[in-house]
Amino acid sequence: MIELNNIQKSFGEVTILKGINATFKPGLVNMIIGASGTGKSVLLKCMVGLEQPTVGSVMYNQRDFSHSTRKEQIDIRKDIGMLFQGAALFDSKTVEENVRFPLDILTNQPLDEKLDKVNQVLDRVGLTNTNGKMPSELSGGMKKRVGIARAIVNNSKYLFCDEPNSGLDPQTSITIDNLIKEITQEYNITTIVVSHDMNSVMEIGDYIMFMHQGLKLWEGSSDEILDSEVDEFNDFVFANNLMRSLKKLRK
Amino acid sequence: MGAVTTIQTAFNLVSPLIPKYVIAIVVRDMVLLELSPTIIAIIFAGKVGSNIAGELGTMRITEQIDALEVMGLNSSSYLVLPKVLATVFMFPALVVTSAFLCILGGYLAVSFTDVITPAEYTQGIRYQLNEFMVIFAMIKAVTFAFLVSTISSFMGYYTKGGALEVGKASTSAVTNSVIAILLADYLLAQLLAEYLISF
Repeated sequence: MIELNNIQKSFGEVTILKGINATFKPGLVNMIIGASGTGKSVLLKCMVGLEQPTVGSVMYNQRDFSHSTRKEQIDIRKDIGMLFQGAALFDSKTVEENVRFPLDILTNQPLDEKLDKVNQVLDRVGLTNTNGKMPSELSGGMKKRVGIARAIVNNSKYLFCDEPNSGLDPQTSITIDNLIKEITQEYNITTIVVSHDMNSVMEIGDYIMFMHQGLKLWEGSSDEILDSEVDEFNDFVFANNLMRSLKKLRK
Repeated sequence: MGAVTTIQTAFNLVSPLIPKYVIAIVVRDMVLLELSPTIIAIIFAGKVGSNIAGELGTMRITEQIDALEVMGLNSSSYLVLPKVLATVFMFPALVVTSAFLCILGGYLAVSFTDVITPAEYTQGIRYQLNEFMVIFAMIKAVTFAFLVSTISSFMGYYTKGGALEVGKASTSAVTNSVIAILLADYLLAQLLAEYLISF
């Protein structure tokens, strides 16, 4: 479980996050949504330690991540896997080396065991026999799947996904969404997805948190979205025809 | 470089009072003290410095460095330290190779022309060699390699933005490295020339 306690983040005079409180539970796909520039990615970076919150704390299973020592942070980070927007695969390494990388640096397992684990997760994300390929030889969707494989190879307890569908066609987006959902339930991971894709939100979101100008304005499940009475949230959600049609149908 | 220096020096040292082998001494001293360490360092900055900055800059903008950080690695020591160590250890070897080839180039030049005889050239190369010149060249090599690798790594590691900024980081890495090399060259000359004379 991850808890955010009054997270505030400023860059100089500009305040991006204005006191976010939230709880993300294991086994659920927790989605952070909002328009561009609302602070979703900054919040995600604060959660994984790429940015330090100005005020507040991020708790991983009651352990304060934001105010811990580097050694303690490294210990917590062993349980964190992250899928970046562009997958962030290491260009100079093959698919196998990319996926094996967290095992190489975080464990002392023998090579055979590592390779077994790598093949197991590659198989799980549907990329069997791609071990020797370089990232430049992969499509966008394949890169994302390798990114997911790398994020879960070390039996991570927390999976962070920064806009996993960006740059993907609708069909591949659904594949990636489903993969994230299945993996979350299968491994009982606490998954946090930053997105502004409403299809994904409706498809896989168990808990949804809406951000607007650095504030959390709404939270709930995907079933509750259509009944929301927060104007900013409705403006965001019903900007697309599909969602408007859905609401009309509901009425 | 060795061949050109030999020919140019020969054209300028035409006095009958100066022995012909002095041309080779000039070539040797210039190659060891200045041409090999400095010119090769400038070429090195253009080739390796821009490569380091480009690689790290691309890793930064494609979030590969963030990925390392999330995994709990100290990305700067993981990415930068091997580059600094590799350049500091290997660049002196490049300078030695370059110095050897320069002197060999001079020998080939005198073999195919009649500016001086190969025997006079060999005599000059061996005449009163001050071993400290080699140490001086190695000190320069290590200093320049350290400057090129650290400056280029800094420029690449702290790249912000996109592809355009990666290009700018590469250019800045080369220009700043070259300026640093020339400044360090002057400072080392000031600091070590005294030892060179007294050695």
